[in-house]
Amino acid sequence: MPIASRVNIVPLDFDDDELLGNMSSSISQAFQIPTRIVPMDIRLDMGRNRQRDQLNSTWVLSQLLSQSLNNSDKILGITVHDLYTPILTYLFGEAELGGRAAVVSTYRFRDELYGLPANKDNLEKRIEKEAVHELGHTFGLVHCLNFDCVMHASTYIEEFDYKTNSFCPLCVSLLDERTNT
Amino acid sequence: MNKDNNKVNILIVDDEASVRGSLSRWFEEFDYNVGSAADAAEALDKFRPGKWDIVFLDIRLPGMDGTELHHKMKEIDPDITTIMITAYASVDTAIKTLKDGAYDYITKPIDPDYLSHLVSNIIEKKQLFSENQKLKKRLNALCKFDKFLGDTPQIKKLLDLVKTVAPTDTSVMIRGESGTGKELLAQLIHSLSPRRYSPIVTINCAGLTPGLAESEFFGHEKGAFTGAIYRRKGKLEIAHQGTVFLDEIGCIDSKTQMDLLRAIETRQFTRVGGNEIVNVDFRLICATNLDMEKAVEQGTFREDLYYRLNVFSLFVPPLREHRADIPVIANGLLKKLSTSMNKNITGFSNGAMDLLTNRDWSGNVRELRNSIERAVVVCNKQVISSDCFVLDNISDISPQDQSLMTIEKRHIQNVLDKTGGNITHAAETLQIDRTTLYHKIEKYGLCR
Ligand SMILES: [Zn+2]
Ligand SMILES: [Zn+2]
Repeated sequence: MPIASRVNIVPLDFDDDELLGNMSSSISQAFQIPTRIVPMDIRLDMGRNRQRDQLNSTWVLSQLLSQSLNNSDKILGITVHDLYTPILTYLFGEAELGGRAAVVSTYRFRDELYGLPANKDNLEKRIEKEAVHELGHTFGLVHCLNFDCVMHASTYIEEFDYKTNSFCPLCVSLLDERTNT
Repeated sequence: MNKDNNKVNILIVDDEASVRGSLSRWFEEFDYNVGSAADAAEALDKFRPGKWDIVFLDIRLPGMDGTELHHKMKEIDPDITTIMITAYASVDTAIKTLKDGAYDYITKPIDPDYLSHLVSNIIEKKQLFSENQKLKKRLNALCKFDKFLGDTPQIKKLLDLVKTVAPTDTSVMIRGESGTGKELLAQLIHSLSPRRYSPIVTINCAGLTPGLAESEFFGHEKGAFTGAIYRRKGKLEIAHQGTVFLDEIGCIDSKTQMDLLRAIETRQFTRVGGNEIVNVDFRLICATNLDMEKAVEQGTFREDLYYRLNVFSLFVPPLREHRADIPVIANGLLKKLSTSMNKNITGFSNGAMDLLTNRDWSGNVRELRNSIERAVVVCNKQVISSDCFVLDNISDISPQDQSLMTIEKRHIQNVLDKTGGNITHAAETLQIDRTTLYHKIEKYGLCR
């Protein structure tokens, strides 16, 4: 697997610049590679399912790939829309395992969805973890049993809040292995 | 065509390519081996007794339909676990397959929560987790720890003790100054123990107020106190069948000491604000840099709890007491850091290595790591020389470097080092908000 030279973050109907900035520094810390914000011209309505009012995450991945030609870059889409695939009711995010593209959504990370007052800090922490998690998949990392590890597969928001935004020692060594060859 | 013995093998049979693609990607992220087939003929072609562990099977398929295919598969491999995928309209048919030995059915679209729990339950039942793969990971971990701790006789002896105590269920107390790697040692013990398939859960006892500690350890029910909007499992509960690592154990207050002692003795407790008894089974590892015997003598730490925790004691020496390891550790860290920063740095100059081996490293391996990380950032040659290292005291800075920016940069780095890179804590100490801190980290190119 080639060493990634950079992570391109692509806002897709996403205009919270402060959050983008924080997320981009978290990613750069986690993988020790530079990040940059790269707007792309993707017509999201083509990937929307009106009935479900959701955005097809697999479609987003293919759009991101078709517009990013530099093979050594990873591409991370971030959107406010709820993500789905035809067979799954929703996804926090999706990634190509060992590939280049990933997409994450803030939709399910809003406390409002659980009947609570909006909390920007919670939202930010969750989306940072999810972004690192999905990018971890693009580096070939699979889910980790360690509850603290960012690669832990969290299906409940509580479990999500429990895990940290960093890799456990086992995942660090796997990540090293992947990026060293 | 041989079964991949290291992984859980899942076959997906569905005529829609998007369903096969989406489920395959989902399962591959769990490190399962996934195959797929678009119809019954392709499925039967790929199907052999013992080759697959779980089959997801669409009820409606072109040609031979799902129920019939299910029946055939059960004939070929009676042990196969099958899960039918169905639209709401065909639930009746799906229920019939349950009588024919299907494990369960799921309706489209599938709830990912349900899917992951369904599969992990099946795997748990079948105990499919492979020894091999776990072993590989554990060996990896061990190599990493060797590099991290060193290989002098002193450290080898410590690792031997770890290997002796790890497979037992004995409580371990790890002592040593901060930054010596006590948490890594705890993780090593856990990963070499029979509890390794269950979580190791860390509770950092420093900075827990008595109220916080209670809910952190034992969890709480919804509405137990203001702000308890969810029911939350405590860490002891999360660690069920695994290991609890109590960092800075000397810092827990006397009420929590008593509660903890009771939980250890009875292996049960109730969540805050609840009556339900929670039974738990965990191993205890704790760490401290305090003199626990003195704390017991002075009455600030319960003697009975101390004896419970201190069954087996490990001492991690400060780095300055095994300086001979510094070159090994430094080179290991350098290799790792320079690769991750995409730099081609091959080693240290003699002067730089002298500097490293002669420093006192009051922050131990953690401080060493941070210094090397900063040097790697600064260094633009193949070899790190002594001038790549930044001195830590403001008084050591030359007069032309006393600009506010330089001092701010250095101060933030020091605080980050002290908090182990924890942004929230660092922001609190600096009395600025997290965003500002992130901004400054980026501006100055600091290391967390
Ligand atoms: Zn994942
Ligand atoms: Zn991990």
